[in-house]
Amino acid sequence: MEPRPRSFYILAAVFGLFLLFLYGPTITIAILSFQGPEGGLTFPMRGVSLHWFRDLFQEQAVGDIWGAFGRSLVLGLLVMATTVTVSVMGGLAFRKRFAGSALLFQLVVASLVIPSILVSLGVGLIFSQAGLPVHWASSGFGAQLTWTLPFGLLIMFAVFNRFNPAYEEAARDQGASAWQTIRHVVLPIIAPSLIGVALFGFTLSYDEFARTLLTAGSHNTLPLEIYGMTTNVTTPVIFALGTLTTVFSFAVIGLFLVTVWALGRRRARAGSDAGKGV
Amino acid sequence: MERILKSPNVTGWLLAAPLTLVLAAFLVLPIVMIVIVSFWTATDFSIVPAFSWENYAFLFGSEVTYRVFLNTFKYAAITWAVTLVLGFTVAYFLAFHVRSQTWQTALFLLCTIPFWTSNIIRMISWIPFLGRNGIANSTLISLGVIDEPLEWLLFSDFSVILAFVHLYTLFMVVPIFNTMMRIDRSLLEAASDAGASGFQTLWNVILPLTRPGIMIGSIFVITLVMGDFITVRFMSGSQAANVGRLISNDIALLQYPSASATAVVLLATVLLTIGILLRLVDIRKEL
Repeated sequence: MEPRPRSFYILAAVFGLFLLFLYGPTITIAILSFQGPEGGLTFPMRGVSLHWFRDLFQEQAVGDIWGAFGRSLVLGLLVMATTVTVSVMGGLAFRKRFAGSALLFQLVVASLVIPSILVSLGVGLIFSQAGLPVHWASSGFGAQLTWTLPFGLLIMFAVFNRFNPAYEEAARDQGASAWQTIRHVVLPIIAPSLIGVALFGFTLSYDEFARTLLTAGSHNTLPLEIYGMTTNVTTPVIFALGTLTTVFSFAVIGLFLVTVWALGRRRARAGSDAGKGV
Repeated sequence: MERILKSPNVTGWLLAAPLTLVLAAFLVLPIVMIVIVSFWTATDFSIVPAFSWENYAFLFGSEVTYRVFLNTFKYAAITWAVTLVLGFTVAYFLAFHVRSQTWQTALFLLCTIPFWTSNIIRMISWIPFLGRNGIANSTLISLGVIDEPLEWLLFSDFSVILAFVHLYTLFMVVPIFNTMMRIDRSLLEAASDAGASGFQTLWNVILPLTRPGIMIGSIFVITLVMGDFITVRFMSGSQAANVGRLISNDIALLQYPSASATAVVLLATVLLTIGILLRLVDIRKEL
């Protein structure tokens, strides 16, 4: 291997600084959330304690964050399941041109670029004019889908751009019906990418703020609750909450990554049985 | 019947139906509603159906509007420039300087993980860094660079743009890295064989071939910054304004018609900007 050029070291340094820039603040609040009871929002640390984490479990200090967490979790799972199903169907639909497909694609792109606050405002207006109460599981759920579906669909496009149609043709040649081909050939092949779509669906919903702002109704989701805290909480309890939800996010991401990895392992072990039937 | 079900149009429509329904109900209808309400009028307590240009007349007649739109463009332009340079550099390092694929995947994941965590918490995380007694100020003072704490670090244009760059650089890194990975490496060899220096290869070969990725990243960053209201509000300590905040302030005052008029103008501006960028790239081919 040829020696690394000097530019490598400069770029590596830039990259290292970029990672520090990305993670530094998060690590800082993680450290500060262990402030002693007298400590403030910045260094120095006045002792080390779990005081602020304990506060999180006391209703009067932080309001109903556990209820909000539960709602965000349920909503995230709902959005995740819907995003995966609808994106796969949409991805399959877009493999062949159909009347209106170009228009629908433009709508998907529009969904990505239209500012979140417009979706929030518009959905809120429709519900109020129709006399329907806004609720996180109805209006909030729909508003979040306009953000997660485009991502899911773009991932499906990327997947199907790389999909080898020979597998399907082989299945058809063996007499598989259209549904059998999808169920036993296409879905197993794209399964690992579906985990990616699920990750996007869950985390984007779990962290969504702007689209739920006017569509969640009287019961807040966790990001709305945290936002409310930024205006009236001036103690490290907010860092403790931030640390806890970030740890939760990392755990979710880790779970997804491990699943992808395990699937890959299983596939590698099962391997190809090409030629073994002879 | 059999023939109808086998028609590619019908299969396509059936498969695309859920997607179409969701987007129709929660994207198209709401936008139509906003356009309608932008012509309505409001009393202190309720909104009244009408057909009046008063919201638009007020919007375009107010000097504040122009200032706020200008400010929004300023944030978008500066954030775009910074995230482009930073994102390109990071993607370039990952794509062309990291040689082992395992490392490449691992480092790429490290860059993307924050995307899946909460934006609000990532904003809050800057407080201990930038505050008057924060890490940045105390470090600079102890190094002897400054005598007094810098006041413009937090709750200023600087902190707003810093937060934007922090939140959105990934949107540049990912598409640019994606296009860079598809560049045929033999082109780089050819350039080097033809006597191009490293910089000439970067400028004349890699940069033009990376253009689609740059465009996609730019679309993300520009629309996210132009539509934002929470970052500007939080990071400027409510001192700076952009169009998103104009809308959210009206909403807080229950002035929905006026909020809708501003929203329509913002939407037109964003779509116009994106329309121009999309002329330069075909998204579906680039995934």
